[in-house]
Amino acid sequence: MKTENKAVDIDRNRGDFAYPEVHIRDAGRGLSEKTIHYISDVKEDPDWVREFRLRGLKTFLEKPLPTHWASKDLEAIDFDKIRYYLAPGSGAKRSWEEVPEDIKRTFERLGIPEQERKFLAGVEAQFDSEAVYSNIKKAVGEQGVIFVGSTEGLKNHPEIFRKWFGKVIPIGDNKFSALNSAVFSGGSFIYIPPGVKVKHPLQAYFRINAESFGQFERTLIIADEGSEVTYMEGCTAPKFETVALHSAVVELVALKGAKLQYITVQNWSSNVFNLVTKRGLAHENAEIKWIDCNIGSRLTMKYPGVVLKGRKARGEVLSIALAGNGQHQDTGAKMIHAADETTSNIISKSISIGTGRATYRGLVHVPKHLKHCKNNTECDALLINSTSRTDTYPAITVRGTGNSVQHEASVSQVSAEQIFYMQQRGLSEAQAMSLSVNGFVNDLVRQFPMEYSVELKRLIELEMEGSVG
Amino acid sequence: MNRRSEDRRSYPMSSIAPAEIVSSKAILSGPIESGDLPHWFREQQRAAWEKFESIPRPTRKDQAWRFSNVDLLDLVPFKFTPELSDDDRRNVLQYSHGLDEFSGRMIFAGDQLVERNIVSEELKKRGVIFQPLERAMVEHTDLFRKYFMSTEASLGSAKFAALHQALVSSGTFLFVPRGVEIEAPIEIFHWLRGENVSVFPHLLLVADELAKVTVVEHFRSCDQRAPGFACGVNDLIAGPGAKVTYVCAQNWGNNVVALQMNTTAVDHGASAMSLNLNLGSRYSRFESLSRLVGEGARSDLLAVAVAMNEQEFDARTLQDHISPQTASDLLYKNALDDRARCTFGGLIRVEPHAHFTDAYQKVRNLLLSDDSEANSMPGLEILADNVRCTHGATSGQINEDEMFYLHSRGIPTKVAQRLIVTGFLNEVIQRLDQPSIADYLRGLIDRKFGRSR
Repeated sequence: MKTENKAVDIDRNRGDFAYPEVHIRDAGRGLSEKTIHYISDVKEDPDWVREFRLRGLKTFLEKPLPTHWASKDLEAIDFDKIRYYLAPGSGAKRSWEEVPEDIKRTFERLGIPEQERKFLAGVEAQFDSEAVYSNIKKAVGEQGVIFVGSTEGLKNHPEIFRKWFGKVIPIGDNKFSALNSAVFSGGSFIYIPPGVKVKHPLQAYFRINAESFGQFERTLIIADEGSEVTYMEGCTAPKFETVALHSAVVELVALKGAKLQYITVQNWSSNVFNLVTKRGLAHENAEIKWIDCNIGSRLTMKYPGVVLKGRKARGEVLSIALAGNGQHQDTGAKMIHAADETTSNIISKSISIGTGRATYRGLVHVPKHLKHCKNNTECDALLINSTSRTDTYPAITVRGTGNSVQHEASVSQVSAEQIFYMQQRGLSEAQAMSLSVNGFVNDLVRQFPMEYSVELKRLIELEMEGSVG
Repeated sequence: MNRRSEDRRSYPMSSIAPAEIVSSKAILSGPIESGDLPHWFREQQRAAWEKFESIPRPTRKDQAWRFSNVDLLDLVPFKFTPELSDDDRRNVLQYSHGLDEFSGRMIFAGDQLVERNIVSEELKKRGVIFQPLERAMVEHTDLFRKYFMSTEASLGSAKFAALHQALVSSGTFLFVPRGVEIEAPIEIFHWLRGENVSVFPHLLLVADELAKVTVVEHFRSCDQRAPGFACGVNDLIAGPGAKVTYVCAQNWGNNVVALQMNTTAVDHGASAMSLNLNLGSRYSRFESLSRLVGEGARSDLLAVAVAMNEQEFDARTLQDHISPQTASDLLYKNALDDRARCTFGGLIRVEPHAHFTDAYQKVRNLLLSDDSEANSMPGLEILADNVRCTHGATSGQINEDEMFYLHSRGIPTKVAQRLIVTGFLNEVIQRLDQPSIADYLRGLIDRKFGRSR
């Protein structure tokens, strides 16, 4: 198939970096127009993509950091010290010995295969998942599904992707979407033809492994009329990364009657700033569902949103955040109602452990003259230690008489009675605590695919260890 | 008790700035040099004015002013109120009807004291102080200085709190000594009289240990249509075991821009309850900070708003739990019609070590028209772990089943709507548990509906 061949082309490009005039290190640290041109040259971007990147750079440099509402911790990012582009193949320059002990231990406990561990730790750029990836591609390719990387998508299928690229999340949406627009590489571009229902979830995990992962990946998924697809990115195992900044942009488009589900499990190591912009555009009768799970990173700022553009469109965000020692999970959801009879649902659960801080930040907007729009928001927070912190900052705007919105949030700690009861039955305090916490997130975790929910539960147990007693 | 006919005597207007200086002076020209106020106080005013000038005007980008129509805060047109004539005074007095029964009363128009009804001899003997600000700062300097504007305005209006401090010329000082319980409420009236004039209402209430008092404030305009500006500050201090109830009936004229900054400090075992009824003004911003400083303190924050036409009400609150075992409960309800806008930005903050906090926050908006808009930002910041905190915000419209039921009983739509709205708001007013005040507030709400329909 045509797309298959292109995938192979990418592989061949890897060898091309040996050109004497293009040195891999040339992109270097810091960000300037030179960096952009370097990336565009290496990727052989079409001219319009190069211009798009330059506009992104300009906007990024103009916009201030959003510290008037967001964490001051953002000021700790040194934009001049960051490598904005690591050419494929140059990413893994670490030895297994350099990988921190706790990460190794987590691999062990989660039962992750040896080869996979090395990839996740950044010791090996890829492990043998090409076969799996090819199989997925073959299976979906027969249905006309396009599943490629961002560079390839823009170069080879502009007629499909250009129309929506940068439209759901414009360059100037925020400082970090502008940054991504300037230096994006990696990510998935997916097109599902009308009426096609993709049975198995498409997994970025395998695709990324086959291509090496960027810190500024860009994903665009278009589900054409009446199609259905589930996409999964990330994995429950910790991804060890020495790079301090991860800033992705994910755009989803669900055309009339389409169903799109996007599952993320984020478990960056605790030095990473994870600043991601995610938004979906739901047309008439379409449904977009974000399932978002944030476990790792130093600071995560991520507010998946849905613009409900067509009548009876549905948007949903289910999120779980686990803020361990020293972490700040600043997550939430945005629901922009823009048509009659649109409904949205936000369920957010967070757990703060040790000195962890979990923040919910939400936006619900129902403009006037819309009829029968409904939103439901529920935020529950669980605090484990006396040093833990949780915040809730929703903003809800409703106009007109035809709509109803409700928001509810609660904060509590694990009930002493529950713990006492379980201890009485012979569980240790730590076991009882982790059982309680698992119960707290259970109704959300159940919606995850099987293998994810099992790993997630194990991970919660792991995080809980040592936090009690 | 003390009917208003008893003990009525007007209070001499000695210490207010003389008319010739004030008459047409714009408030943005700065504090008035009045020789009647103590030197230290004038020094404070000068410092406050510098502060006012140094803080930039709020913009909608400031998180504390998000959704707020800050363009309306143009203070250029506003002036100080010229000295009132005897006719003015008589006129104001005539219309200053509030509750049927009260323990004491002060009436201000344009920050000038029109009347003071002293609390009963009995209460005076027990040490209750009920004086205009300018007298209290001289006669009870230590007490006054200890509490006067001692808390920083932290909910966004630091600039306007500074403006208030720089320009305040009178107000109420009420001190209730240890163990004294004042049965009937104390009433305070503030009137705006004239076109483009401004007032800076101030209330400083200190309830000592185990004291008990209720204060009702009335904000009104003589001319419903005259533009005006009100910038008030209100400090309530509830000492250990004290019980303080504060009710504000805001009924400024339709073209008034109003800012009100209230701070309540609740000591251990004390309880404070406040209710703000927002009916008047073009734009009214209301900031309420409740600090639970002592163990076992409790604070109830209630508010009701009926917003019509172009009215905009902006409420910002903070329930600050500083000590363990404290409780707070907030219930705000808004009914919005026409093109009215309401914004609520509230935060429950549980400081580290404030364990066993029990905090609740609930905002409900009832939208009666297609052009009305409700913005809610209920927030939580929890830094302690042994807590129970919940909040809820809803926005919706009148339940069709309820309407159908009333229709089926032959009640016309307009009346049915009014009944439902009144019932909706009544839940808040009932929480006061003071029937006479509740009746009075319900009457004001009815009159507002009567005016508009």
